[in-house]
Amino acid sequence: MTRVLLTGARAGVVQCDACGLLSRPAGPEGAGNCRRCGEMLAFRRRNPIQRTWALIIAAAICYLPANILPVMTTRTLKSVEADTILSGVVRLYESGSWVLALIILVASVMIPLGKLIALAYLLITVQLRSNRRRRERVRLYRMLKAVGRWSMLDVFVATIVVALVQLRPFMSIVPESGVMFFTAVVILTIFAAGTFDPRLIWDSGGEAGREDD
Amino acid sequence: MEHLSADVVACPDCDLLQRVPVLPPGGTACCARCGLVLGSNKPGSLDRSMALATGALIAFLLANMEPLMRVSVAGETSSTTILGGVQTMWLQGEKITALLVALFVFVAPALDIVFMLAVLLASRRPPAPRWVGALLRWMVLSGVWSMVGVMMLGILVSLVKISSLATVEPGIGIFAVGALVFLLAGMSAGFEPREIWSRVRWADGEGPETGR
Ligand SMILES: [Zn+2]
Ligand SMILES: [Zn+2]
Repeated sequence: MTRVLLTGARAGVVQCDACGLLSRPAGPEGAGNCRRCGEMLAFRRRNPIQRTWALIIAAAICYLPANILPVMTTRTLKSVEADTILSGVVRLYESGSWVLALIILVASVMIPLGKLIALAYLLITVQLRSNRRRRERVRLYRMLKAVGRWSMLDVFVATIVVALVQLRPFMSIVPESGVMFFTAVVILTIFAAGTFDPRLIWDSGGEAGREDD
Repeated sequence: MEHLSADVVACPDCDLLQRVPVLPPGGTACCARCGLVLGSNKPGSLDRSMALATGALIAFLLANMEPLMRVSVAGETSSTTILGGVQTMWLQGEKITALLVALFVFVAPALDIVFMLAVLLASRRPPAPRWVGALLRWMVLSGVWSMVGVMMLGILVSLVKISSLATVEPGIGIFAVGALVFLLAGMSAGFEPREIWSRVRWADGEGPETGR
């Protein structure tokens, strides 16, 4: 089925990002400010593709030290053990708590990695002006925005564990610099999801105004 | 300047122009193209949000004053609150991480609750003052960065993790965090920002138009 759909951009009206009010743009040099809340108006977010790529690349760079460097060190009377995120998952699995191991694996490894891959996929399909599976792609985008925060799980676990296990000299746990890089990955991917503009998925639909599904 | 019809919206996720009809109580309008929820009619949502926000404020205070759990090994005991964890993180040299954790599980949820209460109180009698609009914009941000639910799961994981090393006893704080998660979820689920925006005094002094 092919039908012509009217979007705000095609009708020459711009929607306020903050309050949702529709306005006619002030002029060709700039859309002006929202009459209701005063926010600067724009048809699309500013340079969404370049900015999102920059944030994804920065996150991917931080992803390496986040996984190579230890996130915490456990000192007991007998031993000193430094754990990375992955070795922490393996240790949990070996100690019999495979449910916890799975939760940490999903939150700390699969969500950040999946988010980077999915955002790259969304950017590439937009840049190729693909008009396929647009509804699925916008749903994927909404899912990315919803799950991103769960990657902070391991950092929060470290915060609580480090505060509680300070029973020197029997046992103490201290945080290591991997925690900082890991936090950086999470924050950069949350920002990346925020700078991407889902309306681009529909803008790049090949022939203007057509909807093929 | 010509006015656009008040019931026409552009979908934030796909920019499709469409008319949102007057919804029956409990009704929801979704975008015809991408399925995003464009608006819903939640009867009594202002009063319900107010009650839930007040409850959330109490749970938030309890969650941050009472210890989450008590740990003991060989006669040595220790306990902590969320901010105690942040403080240890800071003292152990991970200062950036400490600040960010404080932002996500203390500052952002606190602002979320306080802004919600202020917005609801100020918009009881329209037109609401202009600062309500500013708070609504800040609430979008505090909502994105508020991670109490994730912290709750983090506390449970820590509890199980530590219980293999030492004796753990849950404290009042852990139950308060649990209650806070549900109250915050209910507070934002029942909240309809469109409803508040329609009451806010406009920047150009023209609105809101009274009656629809
Ligand atoms: Zn506006
Ligand atoms: Zn839509």
